Amino acid sequence: MQSDFFSLDRISKRFGVVQALDNVSIAFRPGEVLALVGENGAGKSTMMRILEGVFEPDSGTVRHGSTPIVFSEPRDSHRAGIRVIHQEPEIVPNLTVAENIFVGELPRLAGVLLDWHRLEEQTDKVLATFGMQQDMRPRQLCSTLGPAQRQMIEIMRAIHAGGQLIAFDEPTSSLTDDEARRLFSVIRRLREEGTSIVYISHRLNEIIDLADRVVVLRDGRLVDDSPAAGASEQTIAKLMVGRDIADLFTRETWQSGKPLLEVTGLTTNRVTDVSLTVRRGEVLGIAGLMGAGRSELAKAIVGYDRRLGGTITMNGVPVGPNSPHAAIVAGIGFAPEDRKHEALLLFRSILDNASLCVPDRTSTFGFFNRRKALEIVSPLAAKMSIKAPNLDEQVSKLSGGNQQKVVLARWLARQPMLLILDEPTRGIDIGAKAEIYRLIDELAAGGIGIILISSEMPELIGLADRVLVMAGGRITAELSRPDIDEATILKHAMPQSVPSLGGQIQ
Amino acid sequence: MNSLELRTATAQTDKRRASLRIAERIGIHNISLLVALAILVLIFGTIRGDVFFSSRNLLNIGLGITILGVLAMSQTVVIVAGGLDIAVGAIVGLTTVSTAMAIQSTGSPAVGIVAGLVLGGLAGLVNGIIITYGRVNAVIATLGTMAIFRGIAFIMSDGQSIAIFSDTFRFIGIGRILGLPLLIWILLLTAIVFHLFLARSIVGRNIYALGGNPVVARFSGININRYRVGIYIMSGVAAGLAGILLAARTGSGQPVSGSQGLELEAITAAVLGGCALQGGKGTIIGALLGVAIIGVLNNGMILTSVPTFYQLLAKGSLLILAVVIAEYHLNRT
Repeated sequence: MQSDFFSLDRISKRFGVVQALDNVSIAFRPGEVLALVGENGAGKSTMMRILEGVFEPDSGTVRHGSTPIVFSEPRDSHRAGIRVIHQEPEIVPNLTVAENIFVGELPRLAGVLLDWHRLEEQTDKVLATFGMQQDMRPRQLCSTLGPAQRQMIEIMRAIHAGGQLIAFDEPTSSLTDDEARRLFSVIRRLREEGTSIVYISHRLNEIIDLADRVVVLRDGRLVDDSPAAGASEQTIAKLMVGRDIADLFTRETWQSGKPLLEVTGLTTNRVTDVSLTVRRGEVLGIAGLMGAGRSELAKAIVGYDRRLGGTITMNGVPVGPNSPHAAIVAGIGFAPEDRKHEALLLFRSILDNASLCVPDRTSTFGFFNRRKALEIVSPLAAKMSIKAPNLDEQVSKLSGGNQQKVVLARWLARQPMLLILDEPTRGIDIGAKAEIYRLIDELAAGGIGIILISSEMPELIGLADRVLVMAGGRITAELSRPDIDEATILKHAMPQSVPSLGGQIQ
Repeated sequence: MNSLELRTATAQTDKRRASLRIAERIGIHNISLLVALAILVLIFGTIRGDVFFSSRNLLNIGLGITILGVLAMSQTVVIVAGGLDIAVGAIVGLTTVSTAMAIQSTGSPAVGIVAGLVLGGLAGLVNGIIITYGRVNAVIATLGTMAIFRGIAFIMSDGQSIAIFSDTFRFIGIGRILGLPLLIWILLLTAIVFHLFLARSIVGRNIYALGGNPVVARFSGININRYRVGIYIMSGVAAGLAGILLAARTGSGQPVSGSQGLELEAITAAVLGGCALQGGKGTIIGALLGVAIIGVLNNGMILTSVPTFYQLLAKGSLLILAVVIAEYHLNRT
């Protein structure tokens, strides 16, 4: 396939036993949005890293026209006009908006001083082109910006630095709907101006909306490259998994028993006066926008954040404050949202990670007993079909879905009575998602109480018996099946719906 | 298909041969340390082979590294936990003084030993509390207490060397059992204890977890404050033991002489041995290999008459070099 733009020509890359990319060819075109989809571990990130010059392919070439180009580091790819916007924007929080956009080419005064005047002018111009004047000022510190605005800064930097091909890696995973819509209009503008866009996302509806062409990767191979027109979520999903996924969410049992966890008036620095009950076998959903205090509620319940007021009981027995250990002993397990930083020891093995919370059952006289640990972890790994060469594999080498399964295995090993799952399916492929939903159903059927924090509405609607909606660190509504629907949840999730404190004082 | 794949995976885990596991456990890093050691031996052996390979000199090297060995191992535990203890040299000085004074006034070596270990532990407790509850950066905290402990040692001894006249106590430093100096037996014994503790015990594994990611450790129910304080107490007690060994060897308690610069060598050995200063990584065996390298280097420099002042340059450079290599490896993986 020849073109006069960037293309990947029969790229292969292998990590150990895993063939991450297998003979993949893609020709990018200017003025086109190319959606790159695939389950986790399908090879999307590897492809981005190769495009960016972080990894070198084992075979195959990156070309511009007919000229092969070799990137030995990301700067080379920047110079060639390729930019990858990562999930977590790489900006310097303690510098201003202007400095972040023009980093590396700040206008100078007399050769040494920073020409603030000119920098501000330039920044204003860039902000105006993107219609961002209302959102940020040139002199504003980036630490005061939200995730969407930070992402915009990266985009502006990339465009302004002459990016011809811009790749977005799951850009909307931390954005609100409104922010996502604005990002889409920016992407459409870029397309009109002739920029080539690569768009990676798990949200298939976005892709159908936005993309001109859809490329599907599965197990490192390109399985489809076709126009987006005429594609449906079903067809794409089917290509991704290679099988039908008709019923993603069905809980089979809806029975809950006696109260298990009772929280009254729980207050920390970030949540206020939260009361809730979880029954045995019940799935309690927690909904809310980013920053509503959902993760903070979980951290308050498990004793990670300092408790300023309120009580927590499990089966009627009080749980001591400020001690995750006390919460674990009381039978509470917690799988945090940020797997890499809060849940996993990335450079330790699957076995070590999964056996972390059961020291008593994996030791003899205080010494680790590998055989005992294997007896506990092996069946769990098999049950959850964790894909890895063996249980000594470092978890950093696993895909997102498998990493999440390791976290869940850790808690299943502990046999908790209550399991708090914070965004358990974020960044996970459809296949692994379905497995996690099945697991939730199975655990609930077995009498375990579950708190499910999620931003995905279908997930909450499909799994939860009840949903609590949070905004501003408080609970703003409680919905029960079958009255759980997207519109009602959203209505209560808007920060305005929180009664203003000023009104109460008067 | 998935479960099939996994079944083979777990089976492999079980079936992997013991010999393979041992080879794996030695690790590339430790093999490269052995190579570095061999090169040093080759260099000094070529220049001063007549003296270097004499059994007397080899024994000297062994004796020279016992005290450093204990400190390097405890430093490894501290660094794996994500900390650093640069006060250990000062604690060694302090315990030689207290041990000597205790023996002088009671005549009992046992009292001297207990005094040294307890004082070392107390010094470690102070470090641990300042770092954990005062939330002071470990380097700064122990830099401060290093000066404080040296000061206390000077005040207690009035700056004088305190002689020890107990033969029983001196036996620790100069006695032999089964032909080997007692000091070397003590080093071997502490090495086994440290290795089993760090690599095999649940507490040791939790220390790796704590250093690897304190947030994960806390979410997993590990009382990270208690662990941190405990680790500095352990480091203090180990420094106390090192102080007792030093006092027994020299037959005296001295506030500075003999213990100055030990922290530099201990940290160098730990980092050479594969400790990541960010925490979560490092082994006792690696630290011992690092100690051996330093021991051979020190001995070789004396044999080849490198002036003392230049030896300092070499030691400092070695630490920097070790960290540079460690960082390089860390960034590549």
